[in-house]
Amino acid sequence: MSDLTDLTIAEARDALRRGETSAAALTAACLEAIDGADVLGAVAHKTPELAMERAAAADARLKAGDAPAMCGIPIGVKDLFCTEGVASQAASRILEGFRPPYESTVTAQLRDAGAVMLGKLNMDEFAMGSSNETSAYGNVVNPWRRAGDDTPLTPGGSSGGSAAAVAARLCLAATGTDTGGSIRQPAAFTGTVGVKPTYGRCSRWGIVAFASSLDQAGPMTRSVRDAAIMLGAMAGHDARDSTSADIPVPDFEAMLTGDIRGRRIGIPAQYRMDGMPEEIEALWQQGAEMLRDAGAEIVDISLPHTKYALPAYYVIAPAEASSNLARYDGVRYGHRAALEAGEGITEMYEKTRAEGFGAEVQRRVMIGTYVLSAGFYDAYYNRARKVRTLIRRDFETVFADGVDAILTPATPSAAFGLGDMGGEDPVAMYLNDIFTVPVNMAGLPGVSVPAGRDAQGLPLGLQIIGQPWGEGDMLNVAHVIERAAGPVSRPEKWW
Amino acid sequence: MSGIDTDTARRVAKLARIRVAEEDLPGLAADLSKILGFMDELGAVDVDGVEPMTSVTPMRLKRREDVVTDGDRRDAVLANAPDARAGFFAVPKVVE
Repeated sequence: MSDLTDLTIAEARDALRRGETSAAALTAACLEAIDGADVLGAVAHKTPELAMERAAAADARLKAGDAPAMCGIPIGVKDLFCTEGVASQAASRILEGFRPPYESTVTAQLRDAGAVMLGKLNMDEFAMGSSNETSAYGNVVNPWRRAGDDTPLTPGGSSGGSAAAVAARLCLAATGTDTGGSIRQPAAFTGTVGVKPTYGRCSRWGIVAFASSLDQAGPMTRSVRDAAIMLGAMAGHDARDSTSADIPVPDFEAMLTGDIRGRRIGIPAQYRMDGMPEEIEALWQQGAEMLRDAGAEIVDISLPHTKYALPAYYVIAPAEASSNLARYDGVRYGHRAALEAGEGITEMYEKTRAEGFGAEVQRRVMIGTYVLSAGFYDAYYNRARKVRTLIRRDFETVFADGVDAILTPATPSAAFGLGDMGGEDPVAMYLNDIFTVPVNMAGLPGVSVPAGRDAQGLPLGLQIIGQPWGEGDMLNVAHVIERAAGPVSRPEKWW
Repeated sequence: MSGIDTDTARRVAKLARIRVAEEDLPGLAADLSKILGFMDELGAVDVDGVEPMTSVTPMRLKRREDVVTDGDRRDAVLANAPDARAGFFAVPKVVE
């Protein structure tokens, strides 16, 4: 067999069931790849002993013929997921040393399905960022480089470690979370597949909260089929998350028929932004052609409130974050600042949070505090929630008109250089999420699928937005694009 | 609507319980003003008669029996505390 780390989940699953390889061999190969890739900064906490233990257990299950699809599959886990006894600090100094006594529902489901956790993956601090430059662990470097140019590029964010690890073949797949594009944008920047499920599809229990009305966990993989398999293992109702939906989880993989004849795919006029690079526009048109060639009907649609999604998001997400992050006070877990004589509990809170939170997290907590404060609540927060209603209504209207899915670019550009954006103006970085944020605001599922490369050889992604609970049909559309675009070659190994 | 001066930045930092050095307040005020300026675009939307969204996925929250489902885990709860003593979280003396 060729390089074990190059296998997709589907290939590895089939090889494991046929006895052609073992979970132990797959896991050992990934652990070796991880140890050789420290320069990427993708893995924040390695858990090799735990991984080999779980691999042995998976092999026993495989031998006994009791092997769900994810059994024996080595995966990485974003640091935002609480994992029992294993450091989980959301890439923040304030959670230094935190070892949860419990396991998040999503990672518990993956564990119980036999998946093998290799370690915890780097990310933007508290998932706030679009370039993985706000992490307490340091930057993640994209395994992709521009042709003939060794400028270090961002893998995107916030799930930058997950995207880099999957693209660099350090793991077969990884968990991510997506509040405004944190799965789909890094997937697009690394030539991988990233799924943000419908809000409520995956339990949020045990995932460090950023903006609770927007956060969703999802898979990051190297194929649409893998995303379908892994999403099936992550999804489902959980009594401990009252917003998780009590509806059946279909067999997403079985829905990848490749048949989209007669499906109506909407192209929203408002996603054609001023100053959008020619390459992105061309990619978008090619994607529409691919779907038309497969028998879909391409229709122009209007989502009139699109341009307000980003400013509304930057009211709502920080507002929820300021509330969620109030718990980091130096009392129950993580960092506590050293106090000087005469300093009391208020100083303890203030110094702990100043030392523990990075600059971007502090900014967002303070913006959130401001928009929720007396006198501004109506002008900012309530207005943003009303705009959110209108954004969702835009989508409901086009779906009611018979549109099955929506095709858009995933990002306004390919991966940019580390340090190139957001230095002076925090808003410049926020614009990365312009195509992905409306999906979270409306609670819809979205997937980023690799669809081509730019002139410098960097991967580019397209986004398909599905109907609520329509992940299966959405992935089927992505599957058609994946097949038409051809396989993404792996990044040339330079690390 | 927007525009945050140094005094407002100081007040917001206080409300957020984040210590910001006096010399960093003007920079913070400028950053926050830029972000708020971006949000001012929302003023252009006609939101008359629009309900603010409370739940993005229309669903009734489930109810469960009002019974104890968890507990008796004092040591696990305290295990991550920076300072725990005699079964309690310990904090600096609070005198109001």
